[in-house]
Parts: sequence; structure tokens; C-alpha cells
Amino acid sequence: MRDIEMAQIVGAVKEMCIEANYRLEDDVVESIHSSLSSEGSEMAREILGDMIENLDIADKNSMPICQDTGMAVFFVEIGRDVHLEGDITEAINEGVRQGYKEGCLRASIVGDPLLRVNTGDNTPSVIYYDIVAGDEIVIKFAPKGFGSENMGKLKMLKPSDGIEGVRKFVIDTVREAGPNPCPPIVVGVGIGGTMDKACQIAKKALFRNLNSSHPEEHIANLERELLSEINKLGIGPQGFGGDTTSLGVNIETYPTHIAGLPVAVNINCHVSRHKECRI
Amino acid sequence: MKIKAPLDSETVEKLKAGDRVEISGYIYTGRDSAHKRMIEDLESGEGLPFDIENQIIYYTGPCPPKEGQIIGSAGPTTSYRMDSYTPKLLELGLKGMIGKGLRDSEVVQSMVENRAVYFGASGGLGALIASKIKSVEVIAYDDLGTEAIRKLYVEDFPAVVVIDANGRSIYDREER
Repeated sequence: MRDIEMAQIVGAVKEMCIEANYRLEDDVVESIHSSLSSEGSEMAREILGDMIENLDIADKNSMPICQDTGMAVFFVEIGRDVHLEGDITEAINEGVRQGYKEGCLRASIVGDPLLRVNTGDNTPSVIYYDIVAGDEIVIKFAPKGFGSENMGKLKMLKPSDGIEGVRKFVIDTVREAGPNPCPPIVVGVGIGGTMDKACQIAKKALFRNLNSSHPEEHIANLERELLSEINKLGIGPQGFGGDTTSLGVNIETYPTHIAGLPVAVNINCHVSRHKECRI
Repeated sequence: MKIKAPLDSETVEKLKAGDRVEISGYIYTGRDSAHKRMIEDLESGEGLPFDIENQIIYYTGPCPPKEGQIIGSAGPTTSYRMDSYTPKLLELGLKGMIGKGLRDSEVVQSMVENRAVYFGASGGLGALIASKIKSVEVIAYDDLGTEAIRKLYVEDFPAVVVIDANGRSIYDREER
């Protein structure tokens, strides 16, 4: 057993909130740069250039890359040999409270979805927990903007729809989203499980490094094919046309029922923020 | 092309979908809650909190400024959420909107009838756009926080004409 104090969690979450909103991870930055060199449209190259300039300004001035500093989403892995000295959900929310205040990040959460009064501190967060082997805690964080989140979709396909059905649903969802989610986008796809599980793993897919691919070969192939098809839609950066509509497609799968084929698409904008820490 | 805000009719008629512009002058911020409240205020007879004639509304909810900053990150938010409120404001003289993404056909029709322009700013470019904002004043609905209506003075604010006053859109294109 290893004891972990809540103050450690609060501090780590606070730092992650600020850091993730000020600076993109290398995989996303590299992907935007490499898009610039392969992009054929002049307008698209100008927009991609503006995006790179924006990243530099945010980094230099230590300010948020985008004003939508998101709803705070966490995937937390807790080692079964960890003893938590306190309420981890409360500790994560306290970290968010402190990070969003100290980092001058926008409070974007309303307490009741219908009455819509801002909670003022960007809490509560959305948190998924997993119990894993070991005596460590891994916290994965992504501030999720809603320009892109609003463009997500779930469809309960029939088993007979198969891989073609999945392909069509993903492409249709991206085509319909068009310029709204701030392309070039990162596309998270969840296939399998139940309706809620498909959505959860689609979100989890957005946390994965853009340079990685799915360990199963047929899924990795689907990721590459979908990326290529999406980039042929011609939507382009900000929807103004071009070859760069998506920076990457990440798919996660889960076993499912004999009667179903749930598919969820969760879209992220080009400010695809994610951060990880290990305690 | 450099243009001034508020807009005059000559400029509105000159702008074509696809033009890149740099806007200088006064513009107003307003997003979901501010739009809802503006329409409620109109319906209750109270009127709008500012004279909307020839003005540009920028759909944004900025981050709070750090000490020494004028404004925090301030990129555009997705425009279609304002669609149900927009025709009314266009009828009252609104001449320009800055946001990102698609608009519905009723907005486009009303833009043509009332001769107005929809500009796209680049989503996610909050830090770059903040550097073009030279002054900020909250003029209404302070209680809405980031969604309050702010009067901004901007210099060379970068945007693209997405839909012009004749209803032509940069998004209308064939798939390859």
C-alpha cells in the first residue's frame, strides 16, 4: 500500500489545467506544421500559419491558446495498491478551481443545464475512473471545448452495417460538422460496448497521441483510411477549403452484444489539448 | 482589405465572400445569453442596451485578463447558436457579425434583405485575436460574466468574408 495525499492531486491538477491550456503537446504542434508543408490551398496555408502564430503568442505570453478553455475531462487510473487519504473527486475539482482561477482560464460551466447559471469556477469536471494494477495514480486531462463537442454523434448501427456502416457514419458526421468544430479536427471514434460505452471510448480516443495507431491491424487500417477520406472532403482549415481537414483519426473499440454495433464520433478542434501526470 | 467599424453601406456592398479583411474601430461582443437577453429586452419594450445601427457584433466569450492585459484570449464562438435571434437584430440595423461556422437559411435571407455581412474569424486563435484588441468596456449584462456585452476597440482584426450581402458563401463548394 502506498499513501497518496489529496494535496498532491490538487497541485498536479492545478498545474495541468494551466499548462494544457497555454501549450499544445508536441504531437499536435508537429501535425499542424507538417500539414502546412503538404497543404495545396493558399488560403488554407495562411490559416495554418495564423494557427502557428497563435500558438507562439499564447506560449510567449503564458495565456490560453483558445478562449474556450473547455469543460475539464479526466481519465484517472488508480493503482489497486494505492491508499487514498481523502476524496479524490473533490481533490480533482479543487485542482480545477485553483488552476482555472490562477491561470485566468474561462469559467464555462453552468450548474443546471436548463437554468444555466455559471458556477464561476469551471467545476464540476467530468471524471472517469479505472482501477488498475500497481501503486500509482495516472491522471489524464483534456479541456474539451464545445464548438467541437457539439458536433459529436452516436448511432446504434446494425451488425449487418459492418465496417462500411461505420465508415459512412464517421464521414457523414464530419461532413455535416463542416466548418463548425474549428478544423483541422482530431476525430475520436468509439466502436462497440453499449451506447454510453461507445461515447466514453470515443472521448478516450481523443487523448491518444496523434503519432500512435491502434494495436489491431484492421482498426489501424481503418484509422488511416478514414483520415485520408476525411481530408478529401475539402473542408480545410476553418472550413475555408483545402487538403487539411483532419490531423488524425483515433479509434477505440470494446466488445459488444450480438444484436448491436454502437458507434460514437467525438470531434476535437485543432487546439487538441491533452496532458498526463503520474503520481 | 482594411475596413472600418461601424460599417457603412458602401463597404457592405463592396465585400465579397472569400475576401480577407482587417477590421478597425468599435465592435460589440455578444453570445448565447446576451442574445437571449437582448431579445427579451426588446420584447418587454426596454430596448437594446446599445444603438445597433450599422454595428458589428462579435460572437465571443473572452478569458479573464491577467494583470497588465487588456483582455484574455478572445477567439470566435460557433455562430449557429445565435441564428434564432439574428434576423430580429438585422431588421434593427445590425450590419455585421463575426463568428465561425455555418448559418441557417433564414439568417442568410435576412442578411440579403437587410444588407449585412457575416465575417469568419479563425476559431481557436484566441491569443492572436486578443493582441488586436486595444480597449474593452463592459456596457451591459455585467452579471453574465464572460457573456456580458463588451464594447471593443480593435485594430486590424483579421477576418474573412464568409457570407456577403448577396448571400454568397465561402462554404458553398463542391466536394473533391
